[in-house]
Amino acid sequence: MIQIRIHGRGGQGVVTAAELLALAAFRDGKEAQAFPSFGSERTGAPVTAFCRIDSQPIRSREPVYHPDALLIQDSTLLHQVDVFAGLATSAFVLINSTRDVDALHLTDFVTQHPGVQMHTLPASDLAMKHLGRPFANIGMVAGYAALTGEVSKASVNQAITEKFPGWIGELNGAVAGEVYDFVAANLAKV
Amino acid sequence: MKHHIEGSQAVAHAIALCRPEVMACYPISPQTHIVETLSRKVKAGEIGNCQFLNVESEFGALSVLIGASAMGARTYTATTSQGLLFMAEAVYNAAGLGLPIVMTIANRAIGAPINIWNDHSDSMSMRDAGWIQLFAEDNQEAVDLHIQAFRLAEELSCPVMVCMDGYILTHAYEVVDLPTQEQVDGYLPAFEPVQVLDPQDPVSIGAMVGPEAFAEVRYLAHDKHLRALEAIPRLSQAFQDIFQRRSGGLLKAYHTDEAETILLALGSVNGTIKDAVDDLRKEGWPVGSLALCAFRPFPSHALRHVVQDAKRIIVFEKDLAVGKGGIVSSDVKMALRGLPTIVDTVIAGLGGRPIPKASVINTVKQACLEGLEEPHFLDLNWDAINRELTRQQAQRRSGPTAENILREIGAPGASPI
Repeated sequence: MIQIRIHGRGGQGVVTAAELLALAAFRDGKEAQAFPSFGSERTGAPVTAFCRIDSQPIRSREPVYHPDALLIQDSTLLHQVDVFAGLATSAFVLINSTRDVDALHLTDFVTQHPGVQMHTLPASDLAMKHLGRPFANIGMVAGYAALTGEVSKASVNQAITEKFPGWIGELNGAVAGEVYDFVAANLAKV
Repeated sequence: MKHHIEGSQAVAHAIALCRPEVMACYPISPQTHIVETLSRKVKAGEIGNCQFLNVESEFGALSVLIGASAMGARTYTATTSQGLLFMAEAVYNAAGLGLPIVMTIANRAIGAPINIWNDHSDSMSMRDAGWIQLFAEDNQEAVDLHIQAFRLAEELSCPVMVCMDGYILTHAYEVVDLPTQEQVDGYLPAFEPVQVLDPQDPVSIGAMVGPEAFAEVRYLAHDKHLRALEAIPRLSQAFQDIFQRRSGGLLKAYHTDEAETILLALGSVNGTIKDAVDDLRKEGWPVGSLALCAFRPFPSHALRHVVQDAKRIIVFEKDLAVGKGGIVSSDVKMALRGLPTIVDTVIAGLGGRPIPKASVINTVKQACLEGLEEPHFLDLNWDAINRELTRQQAQRRSGPTAENILREIGAPGASPI
């Protein structure tokens, strides 16, 4: 089972990102579960959403305490919330930021956790190009797909179309395409 | 066909396939997505001959349905928490009149303190109102139980609550096999009321009944629930014959054969509990679990049959009978009277507190090795409680408890204005 935890702020589409990931995994033929955190959620307040992907039916209803992957949609949370709590030793971490890991002062963390694979992705900027709004959620999901291959890019694209029919889906599909190109040009492959 | 869909959307889809004729709903979290979806379906003409009424309150919602059901219409509503309390008088009336209304409870805590998250306080408050109460373990079962609920309600002429955990199920996206209209039509016959207000054949419904006959009418409501104990497994089997999957029934046992300790719960936490059972069995602990699907009527006989050889039953329940402890565990103890079985009460998951698998496992080990105090509160912050108790003893004007505890814990919005 792969357990993914997504951190962001209310209004940033954190819950939608978890739903998209789960839907994409389902289109890949897997079992998948997505659910929001159970706390007070307001615009701007820290929000968490969860996704589980498995080849077996998923029964657990507990929050994701030990994520295999962490998507951080808002890097200001690094100073506010213990986003790395319970991180698996070989976890994948993707942070929405124009800065690199070193500039985010996370080099020490990466050194202390040699199994952790950490990337940053300017998902808000890439979204601005197509949406005119800094919604990072689609870019983070696309980045996760491109960098890990745990969900296929084709299924992410399909999930975007299903979730956002019409022109909104087309624009978000363009964001995903932009992210795939960015990852291919700047980050580790897949 | 399998869909990846939100629990609320899946349930709304199932309700639509059941061809309700009158729905009266008042929105309240976490039930809102269900009734929003249904209102859209009615407006779009997707539910044939159906009236959707926007009402002024939950009391109005159920009162409308009482009238509509008495006119012979298939009726549905959904609510939760304070909404269920606000319709309480009508809840008892619907059952007392024997009207087969189906209602979803998107289980949520009851204030004060105000809390919109999941526990079972709401449906527990109406457990003795005369409604059948079925609890869904996952969204597949939530879908399936609603279809069974209409058939059960209408066969017995008794209202049914289908309880699904708020947020944990209503807002979870997961894989659900949505039935077809043909399947549902093949399972659910047209509603043939046992009583109907018909100007061509006038009767009155809702007589004033004095001491000479009240107990007899109430006994007959009880007798109807005893018949439900036979009907629930039969209709679950009939469902399986058409839909090719098992859903509902009185209870579902998991590795209970030769289990010395059996964990028992209602609703979605049974998923986490099954994972905990698997882990404990790998470590050599002889444990199993039992999901109660039917809470009213209470399946005492079936329960006793499954657990009679176990040494210990640990009831995990998302409710609290203040001043006593467990509600479900009290019923379990009554079902097991005369047996030496130990029954532990674990109060868990109140107001949306997660029930982690690790906490379940630790509690089971603690119960088996040392025993548990009665009742046991899962993952309670005793430091915060003891500091507040000390403050209350030290000063008369100790202030509002909820605000004090929030300040203790450092939760957002806790500091004084």
